[in-house]
Amino acid sequence: MLKIPVTQEDHIQGDEKAPITLVEYGDYECPYCGEAYPIVKHIQKHFGNRLRFVFRNFPLVESHPHAGIAAMAAEFAAGHQKFWEMHDLLYENQDALDVPDLINYAESLNLSADELQKAIQNQTSANKIQNDFMGGVKSGVNGTPSFFINGKRHNGSFAYEDLLAAIDKEI
Amino acid sequence: MTKILAPKTPAPDFTLHVTADQTLSLSELKGKPVILAFYPADWSPVCGDQMALLNEVLPEFRKHKAELLGISVDGAWCHDAFTAQRKLHFPLLADFEPKGAVAKQYGAYREKDGYCERALFVIDKNGIIAWSYLSPVAENPGADGILDALEALTK
Repeated sequence: MLKIPVTQEDHIQGDEKAPITLVEYGDYECPYCGEAYPIVKHIQKHFGNRLRFVFRNFPLVESHPHAGIAAMAAEFAAGHQKFWEMHDLLYENQDALDVPDLINYAESLNLSADELQKAIQNQTSANKIQNDFMGGVKSGVNGTPSFFINGKRHNGSFAYEDLLAAIDKEI
Repeated sequence: MTKILAPKTPAPDFTLHVTADQTLSLSELKGKPVILAFYPADWSPVCGDQMALLNEVLPEFRKHKAELLGISVDGAWCHDAFTAQRKLHFPLLADFEPKGAVAKQYGAYREKDGYCERALFVIDKNGIIAWSYLSPVAENPGADGILDALEALTK
């Protein structure tokens, strides 16, 4: 079960009153999360305003050396209301997550390169990311991506048909 | 299904190789909580994910002053290569000769497969098992159970 309820602190796409809340714990450098990325988009399209999607950080930084800075770039963008734009750019460019790449993405979103560099250097969002991570661990997240549908852990695969069927059951 | 040692059982002491020329005994860690993570094999996909997760949660375990030990029947050189490749920051012990002897004492050996169960133990600072969990072998049990058990120790 999801131990940390969804709040305004979360990154949320979709209607607050949607009957389905899909929460993903993800890592920007994890190849499986990369595979799940277009599937989630497809799911969002299918359910429309019946589903809201929440993304939480679960970077495995020892396995994925870029996962931490990528998460920081997304949190930095969130501070300028551009979280989802950055989230999408990161997943669409998973093989290019070095600092200069992140700066390019920030600039393409009209965000300041200097500010992003400062945010990474000062680890401004480290606490938020760590809180996401530990909240996930306490909810039983054991790897990425992990999905929760209306607070219940989705134990099946994240293949489109499996996710769709699991969500249908909740509606 | 194997029956693993239950809470309130004194944890059997053992001495195992942690590198090719170093050994570690459970009794050396008395005074601190110890997490034992028995797992089937270095390099297998589920074990790799499980060890990667435990590795990331390590700072949280350390807040409880707990030591984490991974144990499988793989030899010290295999553990050495696995540790280096996955950047693990905790020791992996080799239950290698006689094979699986420690796992058997904890009820965490799969006789017909010849490797350890995926079993977790939290041992308190006095050497008594406080919590144990036998996971389905193909499932990564995560770290929530360990954290709950460590939190219960300090209550």
